[in-house]
Amino acid sequence: MDYAHSDRGAGAVMDRPVTAKILIAGGFGVGKTTMVGAISEIRPLRTEEVLTDRSVGVDDTAGVDAKATTTVAMDFGRITLEDNLILYLFGTPGQQRFWFMWDELAVGAVGAVVLADVRRLADCFPAVDYFEDRGTPFIVAVNRFDGAEHKAAEDVRIALDLDDHVPLVMCDVRHRESAKRVLITMVEHVLGAAPAR
Amino acid sequence: MTAKDRWLDGEAGPVVRPYTLTRGRTRPRGDSLDLIVVLEATGVPERRRARLGPEHRRLLALCRRPITFADLASEVDLPIGVVRVLVDDLRDENLVRALKPTPAGDAPDELVLRKLLHGLRAL
Repeated sequence: MDYAHSDRGAGAVMDRPVTAKILIAGGFGVGKTTMVGAISEIRPLRTEEVLTDRSVGVDDTAGVDAKATTTVAMDFGRITLEDNLILYLFGTPGQQRFWFMWDELAVGAVGAVVLADVRRLADCFPAVDYFEDRGTPFIVAVNRFDGAEHKAAEDVRIALDLDDHVPLVMCDVRHRESAKRVLITMVEHVLGAAPAR
Repeated sequence: MTAKDRWLDGEAGPVVRPYTLTRGRTRPRGDSLDLIVVLEATGVPERRRARLGPEHRRLLALCRRPITFADLASEVDLPIGVVRVLVDDLRDENLVRALKPTPAGDAPDELVLRKLLHGLRAL
């Protein structure tokens, strides 16, 4: 048990948890909250958003100072695993104005799951681009919605112009087992153990 | 009922604006704390002139057992940025210390990843 490191190198480490985080990204309404809720103990967490001119036209900012902030809820879940290891899931809003949150969250993350909806594949382009640019390991998980047309994984891969090494899985994140499979695929990918597709 | 009473109900939200708790500061002074960093109380006695508010004390009490920054923020139900400033005060006073989540302080090492994989499979 020498992996819990203190910045002072002191004392017993027995009840100090070891922590890891995985980001759940994707467009609005793609199932991020559902996935976090299906697999983890969901908890309230608020962050602040600075309302800048980028928000004009989206939010009514009339009469508000240029640097006003508003609080936004984040999808935040915790999974306590054996050996005092805690995995945190952070679901981040897909819109560009929330990217300041991603910058902070991506540091030290195991990786990211980009949730995609075949009816609105373009919604996950920004997330795919973001993690590619940043070099954050990620997988794409296509959330199958009832009534959505069935698309072959290969077609989705082509539509997203996804590199061959990026795993792409089909899932139904309402189900715990499916959400768990997605996370396992994510970690396997980072460990380099996952097959390319 | 005075005009004041009418406005200060539960629906109106907290009576104290969040950044009043931080005395107007919006940025932490030190290094930015990762959300999954583990915090714990140092057990060092508080200096008399430490000027801790009730929120500082609440956070400090929660840090008696190791707790992650995200769990701490969730527990006190204050925005992350506010908690960050308050925790920074506690660190300045040497009342709370931050433990690095991984040896490198960035991506988890292979041992943690293997434990994570094993743990997820066992769920």
